[in-house]
Amino acid sequence: MAELNMADALNLALNQEMENDESVVVLGEDVGVDGGVFRVTDGLLERYGERRVIDSPVAETALAGVSVGLAINGLKPVCEMQFSGFSYQGFHQMEAHAARMRWRTRGGHTVPMVLRMPYGAGVHALEHHSESKEVFYAHTPGLKMVIPSTPRNARALLVSAIRDPDPVVFFEPKAVYRAFREEVPDEEETLPLGESRIAREGDDLTMISYGAMLHRTLEAADTLAEEDGVEAEVIDLLSLSPLDHARFAESARRTGRVVIVHEAHRSFGPAGEIMARLIEDAFYYLEAPVRRVTGFDTIVPLFAREQAYLPDQERILAAARGVLND
Amino acid sequence: MPRKRVRLEHAVEYLSILDEKGRVDEKLEPQIDKETLLDIHRTMLLSRRLDERMLTLQRQGRIGTFAPAKGQEASQVAAMAALTGNDWFVPAFRETAAMLWRGTPPENLLLYNAGYSEGGAIEEGTHDLPISIPVASQIPHAVGIGYASGLRERDEVTITFFGDGATSEGDFHEALNVASVLKTPVIFLCQNNHWAISMPRGRQSESRTLAQKGLAYAIPSLQVDGNDVLAVYSAVQEAAQRARDGEGPTLIECVTYRLTVHTTADDPSKYRDEEEVEKWQEREPITRLQTYLKKKRWLSDKQIDKLEKEIEEQVDEAWKTAHERIESLNDSQVIFDHGYAEMPDYLESQRQSFADRLKEGE
Ligand SMILES: Cc1ncc(C[n+]2csc(CCOP(=O)(O)OP(=O)(O)O)c2C)c(N)n1
Ligand SMILES: [Mg+2]
Repeated sequence: MAELNMADALNLALNQEMENDESVVVLGEDVGVDGGVFRVTDGLLERYGERRVIDSPVAETALAGVSVGLAINGLKPVCEMQFSGFSYQGFHQMEAHAARMRWRTRGGHTVPMVLRMPYGAGVHALEHHSESKEVFYAHTPGLKMVIPSTPRNARALLVSAIRDPDPVVFFEPKAVYRAFREEVPDEEETLPLGESRIAREGDDLTMISYGAMLHRTLEAADTLAEEDGVEAEVIDLLSLSPLDHARFAESARRTGRVVIVHEAHRSFGPAGEIMARLIEDAFYYLEAPVRRVTGFDTIVPLFAREQAYLPDQERILAAARGVLND
Repeated sequence: MPRKRVRLEHAVEYLSILDEKGRVDEKLEPQIDKETLLDIHRTMLLSRRLDERMLTLQRQGRIGTFAPAKGQEASQVAAMAALTGNDWFVPAFRETAAMLWRGTPPENLLLYNAGYSEGGAIEEGTHDLPISIPVASQIPHAVGIGYASGLRERDEVTITFFGDGATSEGDFHEALNVASVLKTPVIFLCQNNHWAISMPRGRQSESRTLAQKGLAYAIPSLQVDGNDVLAVYSAVQEAAQRARDGEGPTLIECVTYRLTVHTTADDPSKYRDEEEVEKWQEREPITRLQTYLKKKRWLSDKQIDKLEKEIEEQVDEAWKTAHERIESLNDSQVIFDHGYAEMPDYLESQRQSFADRLKEGE
């Protein structure tokens, strides 16, 4: 058991999977000698050699497309896109092939690959380095879409993603990489993809979030307990696809009040889908309109104003109190 | 039917006019007037000093991450100097020196790097594009702009900048091919600075030169000493003439070197030796140009000292202005501006609730 930050926890997952399974290979820009720009792949080149840890030219279409080929021919590629904002050339391969290969070949060829990438705002990065466009991937049938929130669940989910028989897009909240440490067991640990968790228990209000915004949501939930005497249940989705709607629908039926928090843009964002599922599965139990606190429908601003874009305590609390008082 | 050779007459020229020691090949020496050369020199020096100041400001937490141009000033400034203000400039993200030549106020660069999009504002009618961070993504724009110049019968040439790493991207190859097929008046200027973050030039591509990638698309292509103002100027001048004569695109590989970090978020000690940097420090473009100018008696040490002081003041002044602007930019509502020509009502209501702050956005 060691106290690890998320970057180190992901590194542990990669190390153990590469150690246990020779078919796991890592590829990406600056993932070898440099150890990745966030150091998630640090030390892998030294341990597993350059045949299994591939420092690639700057070529995202090739990275994703080559990974499809590697996966078809028996390997388990873990491919890094340096930032989600540079994954779009790779998106083409994910949509056109990774997502469809099993379907097109009636199960004859499969693509057990992981496409990892940092996403999200909050670290004072450059333009194109702070977006949260998980819906592009979550919207694509055939792909799984995972977003961890803490070091320990990041490690366990990455192991599961590597072992999953289907292509998994794995978004890493870069604002969490080094934000805090958590005990992460040395022994192997996995978590099922497509299963959410209850990050905080409560019966008065359901708050749904994931990734970096989970932590702001938890902070708001604590404030509500202190200042309003309200116990909010906070659900950490962990996967957007498949979406574990049973858990949040059950919670919504119990509390009757729901707030959803994410940093992705508002229109056609994940909250829209979650609200639709609530209407399908919990409509008669809702005591107030569901509210969402999201990034705005603007380009993510340059860093001086990124906090203005992101959901903050004020906005989350206002939404929660609104739902409670409706 | 037999197996036979398809003869391709391909060779890549390497052009160098002013060498590291300050020696000039007089047969190749371009005729650049004194004023222009001194302007080139001044802009290169300004870029260098601004880079240095920005590095300090970044370390102090006053501005954010940026990509220094240090070492690449000749490739940028001499190229721009060979073109007119009416020609189009399509940069990547490391073209501080070229931007300064184009007249971008240093305070705007500081403001942008401090995280304010106001610093990226481009005056209407200016033939400059904003910086482009996704590697190689700007290259096709240059082809479109160039084709439009032709269609609109404008006497304009377009130059686009990108790195050695960018030549591995599909956008680069697709753009070159289209430019060649459509014979667009475009200059593709590759700054081969030998590194793409931690990836050395030798591992980026097995091609002996990056210039030869243009030859595959039947684009006249050459390598030049990118730290040699005279060579870069000549090559771009020639390419611009071809473009203006309707002969289509040119690819110029400027062989230069990234003398410092990739960006301020990068630690090169992880992947490269200081010795290599020191070796390239000797081929550094500014000192080389100064040697040339001194030999011509167009510049003296005393004048350099004076210029350094002027530039220091200019940079101080620029930061002061940028800082004052930052202090005055306290309304974050601007994040909603410039999304569309006309703000749709759903967005207007998001802006409104942001302004109200207390209401939750609907
Ligand atoms: C499409 C894309 N992929 C990855 C990145 C991350 N990245 C930024 S610069 C860079 C290397 C670029 O190298 P090069 O083209 O040689 O330009 P240089 O940085 O040397 O000026 C990479 C991989 C990016 N900005 N865009
Ligand atoms: Mg480079």
